[in-house]
Amino acid sequence: MLESIVHVCLAGLSGGMFIWLVASGLTLIFGVLGVLNFAHGSFYMLGAYLCFSVLRALGQNFWWGLLLGPLVVAAVGYLVERFFLRRVYGLELPYQLLLTFAFVLLFDDLVKILWGAGSLGAPGAPGLTDSVPILGRQFPVYNLFVIAVGPLVAVGLWALLEKTWAGRIIRASSSDREMASALGVKVPALFTAVFVFGSWLGALGGGLAVPYLGLLTPGMGEQVIIEAFVVAVIGGLGSLKGAFLGALLIGLLSAFGTRFLPAFDMFLTFILMAGVLLWRPQGFFGEKR
Amino acid sequence: MLLEVGAIDTFYGTSHILQQVSLTVEAGEVVALLGRNGVGKTTTLRSIMGLTPPKAGGVRLQDKPLNGLGAHAISRLGVAYMPDDLRIFPDLTCEENLLIAQKLSPRQGYWDQERVEALFPVLAERRRQKGLNLSGGEKKMLAMGRALMANPQLILMDEPSEGLAPLIVRALVLAIAEIRGHGVTILLADQNLKFCRQVCDRGYIIEKGRIVHQGGMEEIWANEDVVKKYLAL
Repeated sequence: MLESIVHVCLAGLSGGMFIWLVASGLTLIFGVLGVLNFAHGSFYMLGAYLCFSVLRALGQNFWWGLLLGPLVVAAVGYLVERFFLRRVYGLELPYQLLLTFAFVLLFDDLVKILWGAGSLGAPGAPGLTDSVPILGRQFPVYNLFVIAVGPLVAVGLWALLEKTWAGRIIRASSSDREMASALGVKVPALFTAVFVFGSWLGALGGGLAVPYLGLLTPGMGEQVIIEAFVVAVIGGLGSLKGAFLGALLIGLLSAFGTRFLPAFDMFLTFILMAGVLLWRPQGFFGEKR
Repeated sequence: MLLEVGAIDTFYGTSHILQQVSLTVEAGEVVALLGRNGVGKTTTLRSIMGLTPPKAGGVRLQDKPLNGLGAHAISRLGVAYMPDDLRIFPDLTCEENLLIAQKLSPRQGYWDQERVEALFPVLAERRRQKGLNLSGGEKKMLAMGRALMANPQLILMDEPSEGLAPLIVRALVLAIAEIRGHGVTILLADQNLKFCRQVCDRGYIIEKGRIVHQGGMEEIWANEDVVKKYLAL
């Protein structure tokens, strides 16, 4: 029983880390730009597919794919922000949702055109394909690696935002665009940079998912964006700390659900969200509106 | 001529706020823009700063037209803005609010953290406190200090004396004297004629978006008709 629980926890943690990687970019973009980017799951999917294509082109080496794939997605993020999203900042939320949802459909079709509508099998990550025994049962090393990457990204983001001047300028600009511009910040350029960085984070999650899932499917962005939205909402929209805790919670809950109540897997997630929102409508760390 | 505002018209949406507003500020001067609430003082300062760009007319800084430049570009030319609602960044500390202005400014000069904190000692005591937790008076000094940290040629101050206790207003008079002593030019919008008389050389009176009177501060002070008509509450 104990080893079973430990393994379910480990599975929950690694699953939670993917949700966190996607939710972090989503939350950063919402916190700074005030845009709820539905297409963020598409960046995750594109990150996975591009990682896959790069690794296939460069001798099956996953690490090249992980390095280069998300950079290509960051460039896509640049185009999306610079030429489309920027035009709807001043408009109401529904316009942003419509525009970003249009990109979800576009990218889904793009993936089907470029990579086909079927699933693609992906290889593991060189050096991390083994399993290690934990309490007498095998656990993939790669999943342990993912469990380590998530907190690293969290600490990195925290340090970037709290301890560097770039981060302070981002925080200042997100709380008061106009005053920041009166002090010399080129706010539109800064927002583009944050969006590109957020897209890269989502794509990094997608790239990391390639060896984890071992399988790429065109709809893979949707499942994760829904979970990332749940996480962002229960954590408090715009709060990275909340998104991290929320992702851990949802990851663990989902793993326990899959193991002990398989019929209620997604149901549990939404029950948790409903419960948290009844208790605290602004989420764990959200500000009261 | 440091600043020249030439017949600007500024709109908020479709409402015509400023009509043919012209004024000039020489380097080293402290000039008042006087008028009651809602007559266009703030809009004038925002037009100069590029936050609410004028639709017609032009603003020139040292003979260089500022038309079409955004606020960030205008600030880099050496114009600092202290808004009436202060706009202290709430989740940066007092110290970070000062330093961010220095980091973002390409200009160097007399003012740094040490000198600003010497001018407003309370800012040194509050260094590590978030902007959110500062009192109104502290925020006002911080907003002024933040403007100085950019080492601007010109500071646009919106309602610097508003809401301050008389004792603090007296300290502010001394602070402004020291600021101008270091070669910073100031255009300030205020309703407090007594305060303006103590710190300003000249003044413009604005009413319903038009400049209706201008003169030396002593002349305005003594001009009972003008004071009664445009400034008395």
